[in-house]
Amino acid sequence: MREDRISPPQSGGYRRDAGDHPPYLYPEYGSTRLRAPDRPLVILPHTLSELTGPVYGHGRVGELDNDLTRQHSGEPLGERIIVTGRVLDGDGRPVRNSLIEVWQANAAGRYAHHGDRHPAPLDPNFTGAGRCLTDGEGRYRFITVKPGAYPWKNHDNAWRPAHIHFSLFGPAFATRLVTQMYFPGDPLFEHDPVFQSVSDPKARQRLVSRFDLETTEPEWALGYNFNIVLRDRDATPMEDHK
Amino acid sequence: MNLGSTPSQTVGPFFHLGLLREDWSRLVDLDHPSAFRIHGTVYDGAGDPVPDAMLELWQADATGRYAHPEDVFTGFGRCGADGAGRFEFVTVKPGSVPGPGGGESWQAPHINVSVFARGLLKRLITRVYFPDEDEANAADPVLASIEDPDFRATLIAHAEDGGYIFDVHLQGDRQTVFFDV
Repeated sequence: MREDRISPPQSGGYRRDAGDHPPYLYPEYGSTRLRAPDRPLVILPHTLSELTGPVYGHGRVGELDNDLTRQHSGEPLGERIIVTGRVLDGDGRPVRNSLIEVWQANAAGRYAHHGDRHPAPLDPNFTGAGRCLTDGEGRYRFITVKPGAYPWKNHDNAWRPAHIHFSLFGPAFATRLVTQMYFPGDPLFEHDPVFQSVSDPKARQRLVSRFDLETTEPEWALGYNFNIVLRDRDATPMEDHK
Repeated sequence: MNLGSTPSQTVGPFFHLGLLREDWSRLVDLDHPSAFRIHGTVYDGAGDPVPDAMLELWQADATGRYAHPEDVFTGFGRCGADGAGRFEFVTVKPGSVPGPGGGESWQAPHINVSVFARGLLKRLITRVYFPDEDEANAADPVLASIEDPDFRATLIAHAEDGGYIFDVHLQGDRQTVFFDV
C-alpha cells in the first residue's frame, strides 16, 4: 500500500521558536507550577505528521458565526466593536481558508460558563463564542462587544486585562496557535502574569490590538485591528538536514 | 522579512465556550469495523487529575494518509477533560507515515496530540504509539531518539478490551514525553 501514499512536501519544516513564546514554567502565573513539564522537551524533526494539519470547519461555519451580537433574540449590552485583521505567515503571506475560533467574557467581565464565579451579571443576549474562516487574503472579521476585565485568584487583587481568546490552525499541525488579543493602553498589562509571561517586549506588543478609525463604523461600532502571525517556514530545505 | 510570531497564551479555564461547542471526540463512528476507544486521564505534578484540560488529535487514516480537504476521515479530534481529568476518543489506528527527510524511513503508527489547559501558556505536544506494533516501534526514528526506556514508554498506549489507555502526566517522575515541534 505504501506506493499509494502521497510523498512528503519538498519544502522545509517550520522555524523553531526564537523567544517569541512564553515558557511553560512562569511561577508568577501560579497554575504553571504543577502543570509545566520538568523534563526537557524532545526535539522532533518535522515529518509529514507535523507538516500536514487538519482542514476543519469548511461547510460547517455558519454565516452569522462571526457575529457574536446576533446569536440571541436581543442585542448584548456593552460597547459594540468590530475586530478584524489578517492571518499571515512570517513572510507576510496570507493564511487562507483557515478556521479561527474565539471566545470571551461579556461586557461586565463574566463568561457564560458554569465555572465562572465572578459576581458580575450574565447577559442573556451574549454567549461570547464565534468562529470564521479567513478569506483569500487571510482576512477575518468578528463583530462583538468589548469584554470587561475580571478578577481571578492568581494573587491578591488580581485582574485580567480585557481580552479575546483566539484559536488558529494555520496550514500544519506545527502552526497550531492559541492566543489572546488585548486592547491598547490597558492599565492592567503590567500586573498581569499571563501577558508578562512573554518576556520579549516586542513580541508582547504583538498581542495588543490597534484601534483603527478606518474599521470603525460611524454611529455604530469601534474598530480594532489585530493581525496574527503564525510560524514561518524554515528557509533551509528539509533535504539539507539529512 | 520576518514579522515575528504572535506569542501563544493559555486557553484559560473557559475554553469550552469557544472550542467545545460540538463533539469532535469521535473521528469515526463506534460501529466502524476497526473503531476503538482510546481514553485516559490528564494528571498534574501533584498526581491530581486536571479537569480543565483539552486534547486534540491529528492522525493519518488506516492507510497512512493524512487527510486532504475532500476526505471523509478528517483525522482531527478534540475532547475536553471531564471533572475527573478524563478524556475519550473513538478512532482507528493510523498507518505508517514517512519519517524525517522523506520516504526512505518510516514511522510507526502514531497519533499526534496537543494538550491545552489552564496553566499551560502554550500547548504541549506528545504522541500516542501502540503496544501491538513492537516491530514498527523498534524501528521508529522518533522513539529511537529517546534514550531512557522508561521515559520512552510513556508514549506507548496500554491495550485493554476494545481499545487503549493513554494517560498524560504533565510533570514529575512519571512525566509523559513532550516534544519541541
